[in-house]
Amino acid sequence: MTTLTRRPALLRWLFIAPALIYMAAFFGYPLVRNLLMSFQHYTPTTYFTGEAPFNGLDNWRAVLADPLFTDALWHTALFTAGSLLGQFTIGLALAVFFSRRFRLAGLVRAVLLLPWLVPMVVSAVVWRRILDQEHGVLNTFLQAVGLTDGGVPWLSSPSVALLSAVLVNIWIGIPFNMVILYGGLQEIPRELYEAAALDGARPWRAFRSLTLPMLRPVITVVLVLGFMSTVKILDLILALTAGGPADATQTLGTVTYQLSFLRLDFGQGAVVGTVLILVSAVFAVLYLRANRADFGKGK
Amino acid sequence: MHSRAARPVLAVVTAGAAVALGLTGCAAAPDPGTVTVLNSATDTAEHTKNQKFFDRCARPLGLRVEQLSVPADQVASKALRMASSRSLPDILELDGSELPQFALTGGLRPLADLGVATSGFSRSAVSLGSYQGTRYGVARSANSLALYYNPDLLAKAGVEPPRTWAELRTAARKLTGDGTYGLAFSASPDADGVYQFLPFFWSSGGDEARLGDGGGAKALGLWKQLVADRSVSKAVVNWNQQDVNDQFVAGRAAMMINGPWQVPVLDAQKKTRWAVASIPVPEAGGTAVAPIGGTVMTVPKSDTPDRERNAAKILDCLNTPRNQLDWGKATNNVPTRTAAARTYAEQNPELAPFAELVATARSRTARVGTRWPAVGDALAGAFQSVLTGRSSPEAALRRAQQQASTGK
Repeated sequence: MTTLTRRPALLRWLFIAPALIYMAAFFGYPLVRNLLMSFQHYTPTTYFTGEAPFNGLDNWRAVLADPLFTDALWHTALFTAGSLLGQFTIGLALAVFFSRRFRLAGLVRAVLLLPWLVPMVVSAVVWRRILDQEHGVLNTFLQAVGLTDGGVPWLSSPSVALLSAVLVNIWIGIPFNMVILYGGLQEIPRELYEAAALDGARPWRAFRSLTLPMLRPVITVVLVLGFMSTVKILDLILALTAGGPADATQTLGTVTYQLSFLRLDFGQGAVVGTVLILVSAVFAVLYLRANRADFGKGK
Repeated sequence: MHSRAARPVLAVVTAGAAVALGLTGCAAAPDPGTVTVLNSATDTAEHTKNQKFFDRCARPLGLRVEQLSVPADQVASKALRMASSRSLPDILELDGSELPQFALTGGLRPLADLGVATSGFSRSAVSLGSYQGTRYGVARSANSLALYYNPDLLAKAGVEPPRTWAELRTAARKLTGDGTYGLAFSASPDADGVYQFLPFFWSSGGDEARLGDGGGAKALGLWKQLVADRSVSKAVVNWNQQDVNDQFVAGRAAMMINGPWQVPVLDAQKKTRWAVASIPVPEAGGTAVAPIGGTVMTVPKSDTPDRERNAAKILDCLNTPRNQLDWGKATNNVPTRTAAARTYAEQNPELAPFAELVATARSRTARVGTRWPAVGDALAGAFQSVLTGRSSPEAALRRAQQQASTGK
């Protein structure tokens, strides 16, 4: 290599270096540290002595053998899938609805953004009151319209609690989905719809053959971001049910919290954390591949 | 004036200096005349009250006390972070149930080494601050649980405060109706619920070290019956101690299990009258075994013996009979010196049941030590699965035993 070509290469690395260093320090280091911790006996003593002996697969064996972990894995899957499905379909429907102009559309849209502005824990506390079996607004309403006679045990029955948590999380997630999808809809040229209408396409056909394909990149972004924030959820569930009743709403997030901060077994907590990272990583890779396919096709 | 070109360099230098200062700032030796305290007094009133007692003790010694307060559930993790950067405070105030984990680290100074007074304290209070027979923490005051009741509602239903489980069931049934439940307690799957379950579990012969031996199954049975009788709301599996108090204040519960920390809330509202009785026992003539709760003050090991000595002097002063009594009155908690507790009960007859309970109360960690968090979790799993009809008391306890032993 000549000095002429080497210098730009060096310069290029110099420009990339800050980003690389930042990534390594704030993302790489914690990731590696977390992985290492999952193979260590990491307890309060470690903080005093700095010693964290490696204990092989002990932490992994202990966590994987605990039926609670399997339950939490299953709950996390249900919670994430249910939340995404609800948030996305309702968010998309609202986005399509508001992409047409009508009076007060701006105001209603602003009101719909509210759940986004309220801190998660506050939402959870309010929802706890709404979902209360005896004095909650929801049951009072359902009884008034005659849909149920006894109060629905929204948060006090293990078979309903996870569903309730999903419903609350859908409510919280709708604005995010709506806003991003609404932005995507604005990007689609109006003329396409006019052309489609001239070709005799009904609204549903236009939605399926025009809106959805044009929205695809935005949809991937919404779903992947939604997935990442839902799969690790903690504060909502802690404030809503604290993982109960009878562990019915324990997720990987709450189990990590319990192991690390209540039992102070940071090694075992790191195991669950690592599992969470792996799950997220799988989806991140899928997302990158999907995007690369898009770029490849020149979209 | 700096030229334009020099600016980025200057920025880097100042940033570097700031980082360097920040780093040394952590390790800098604090002023020797100041005693630092880490506690959970984030509430302004509580913080001020604490400071008053600290000042009262520090001033004659020519010292100053600085409090660092974080929310109760963050004290342990904050202390651990401080430990790893060698910046622990001189006095670390931990919840009694967290003491063993910290004692095990070897980072706490045994109080006997510092000559902190030990005589005259109730056995339960000493046990609260001890790990494997060594005293690491001293509790100024302690609390426990008792049965609060609404005397108006009881009089209307013609019911006396229940003393046995059978009476409790009957009374709760008679008091139920018209939007009011007979009894409320917390059965949430966290520390609140576990704390409330313990007096029932222990009074019926439960053993936290051997959950599966069948002792304590009767307690699970009682809770289940009370819910099945419909004299306790099914929603108790979600209620923390605060929610339980809200129900009582709103008149939706005629009796509740709760602690003395609710007294200010109860006193602040005029409508509902309240009184306190001891927690009912399985059979007439038995003694209620309630858990002892509260915080203990510990002295982390320090490189400078002076700091430890100053901390010890403050602890001794905070725990003089007079200061304990004043502190107990200020916080509605019971002094841990037996004599002071007796005076306290005489001067606060409405809270006397607490004073009696605290004297005999049992420490959660005395038998299982650092395993307590796992055992507590397992117990929560047991009462939650029984209350939601998922398993029988015996099966729930067998599963709890398994959980507690795998979660070591």
